[in-house]
Amino acid sequence: MTEIVPTVVTQKTKTGTRAARMTKTSAPKKRPTLTIILGLVAVLWMVPAIGLFVTSFRSTTDAQTTGWWSALLKPFTSAWTFDNYVNAFNGAGAGTGQSLGGEFLNSLAVAIPATVLPIMFAAFAAYAFTFLEFRGKELYFAVIVGLLVVPVQIALIPVLQTYKAITQATGIQITGTYPAAWIVHSAFALPLCIFILRNYMSTLPNALIEAARVDGASHFQIFWRLVMPMSIPALASFAIFQFLWVWNDFLVAYIFLGNGSPVLQQGLLGLLGQYNQGWNLVAAGAFIVLLVPLVVFLSLQRFFVRGLTAGSVK
Amino acid sequence: MQILSVFISVVGGLAVSFLIYLGLNFIVAKTNTRWNARLLPYVFLGPVLLLIIVFLLVPTGLTVYQSLLKTDQYGLQSFGGLSNYVALFTTPSFIQTLINNLLWIIVVPAITVVIGLGVATLADRMGPKREKTFKSIIFLPMAISAIAASSIWQFVYYYTAPGQPVVGLLNGIWTGLTKADPVAWLQNDTAHVNSLLLMVVVIWLNAGYAMVLLSAAIKGVPEETIEAARIDGANERQAFFRVVAPQIRATIVAVFITVLITVMKLFDIVFAMTSGQFNTNVLGMEFYNQFFSFNNPGKASAVVVILIIAVIPVIIYQVRTYRQQEVLR
Repeated sequence: MTEIVPTVVTQKTKTGTRAARMTKTSAPKKRPTLTIILGLVAVLWMVPAIGLFVTSFRSTTDAQTTGWWSALLKPFTSAWTFDNYVNAFNGAGAGTGQSLGGEFLNSLAVAIPATVLPIMFAAFAAYAFTFLEFRGKELYFAVIVGLLVVPVQIALIPVLQTYKAITQATGIQITGTYPAAWIVHSAFALPLCIFILRNYMSTLPNALIEAARVDGASHFQIFWRLVMPMSIPALASFAIFQFLWVWNDFLVAYIFLGNGSPVLQQGLLGLLGQYNQGWNLVAAGAFIVLLVPLVVFLSLQRFFVRGLTAGSVK
Repeated sequence: MQILSVFISVVGGLAVSFLIYLGLNFIVAKTNTRWNARLLPYVFLGPVLLLIIVFLLVPTGLTVYQSLLKTDQYGLQSFGGLSNYVALFTTPSFIQTLINNLLWIIVVPAITVVIGLGVATLADRMGPKREKTFKSIIFLPMAISAIAASSIWQFVYYYTAPGQPVVGLLNGIWTGLTKADPVAWLQNDTAHVNSLLLMVVVIWLNAGYAMVLLSAAIKGVPEETIEAARIDGANERQAFFRVVAPQIRATIVAVFITVLITVMKLFDIVFAMTSGQFNTNVLGMEFYNQFFSFNNPGKASAVVVILIIAVIPVIIYQVRTYRQQEVLR
């Protein structure tokens, strides 16, 4: 997935929008021309992925001698196999020294904390930006907004050099360990996450928080007992978003994990480098890598879309 | 065994981070009320400020500083002023890289927005069920990683020498239609064909994002304004360009900028598909080459600084729009 950094948009909320009206008056419309045009676009969109999907079930000989479309034309005489998935999952990883199976665990070990940590950090910060008063609040937040669009490359070299310098000074290996990637992923997710959560929290009823203050609750208690539960929609949206982003990331993993604990994307790139030995193995590898994002995406698409639109369109 | 170590690291990492907040709060809670009110914001904000300063702001400064260091053939660094920049801008291949980047900037954001807007507008006029299906299909690539997308598309562009069986889809269509020999698409930079084919991948990945945001914006346009235009005699096209388009302008700009940034710092697709060879190099790829292949952190930093300078107008725009939004709030 390409990393998406929502931009700030000014748009006044309108009443009587079409979406609201459609639900009342919408009778199903049949427009054959439209359906055909969009149908063609949809087919065009799907064909590349279908080609690789079909190939993932073919034998090496078949994949090297005929196009996948010819197998699709005679589905009953072609030999279909599940071996590619087994081989890609268990096989010695190309270039990384681990199988996709082991890399799958590494991907989980990187992605789960790299999703939870930035959200926890950002939620605390968003609470401070929304409900607490302190000097320089506006300035701090303007810096965070500015950082929304800064490319990751800006920090990679110095952070990597610092990690290496610490290793040299203390002997503690940092690159290649999970926390090395957690911290970098978290730091880069923070601006966007703070931005989204603050926008959400500022819509929460302030009276409720003040009432809790009057009742003697501390900010820490209000945060955990009141604001966090109320922010679950925003937290869930961002969590899906961040999880997919980290799962699909290649650059940060490649630089900070290297071959120490390679993730799936690195394994797939290794497989891709060997496509001359048959596309069937690459294909199976690609769909192993895609499995988790596709499941997350298809089951939680609604929240994903809500997260995207919450980030930019107000 | 690996499962166990993965489990321990994950639980340990999360627990330690949580205890930091708990500990900070515990300490501050011990102080008197006046100090508490003053210190508490920094308990909530502290870890974030630390992370942002240590992992974003300080490295930015260091990158700018490093871009002024030159590396000799032994890998030693010394102050070199603007020598890295001079060296880059006097290398023809780097100028070509900049031109390629410019090409990406001109082509990709605009086409992505147009496709997204087109699908959003057309799907909006269908029944809800079909609309949902079509949008899901266009949106699906959003979940696909750059490396997986590269696998998918490299297979489409796959080249086998003449006489060998044609396995790649594009060459299958090409040889079927023209009866000519297969073409090594990704190695062919005639009229930047290979760069354009890489752009197809990025458009394929991002059009769904554009569609979702623009679709939400289109649904936010009040029906009365379109009805009024129709009563005044406007046809569908006029109604779209004169009534709908101006009202979703802000979203169009936002989507355009987001895709623009994605394209400017593009790395993994080019890396996985051509490694920047055959005249497909871009800045993100050049950064990687300078740092990892040529072991020249100074020049790599200079490439990043050039990238950042290109992004600065967008950063200013962001902050300004945010300020306006705050006034409206």
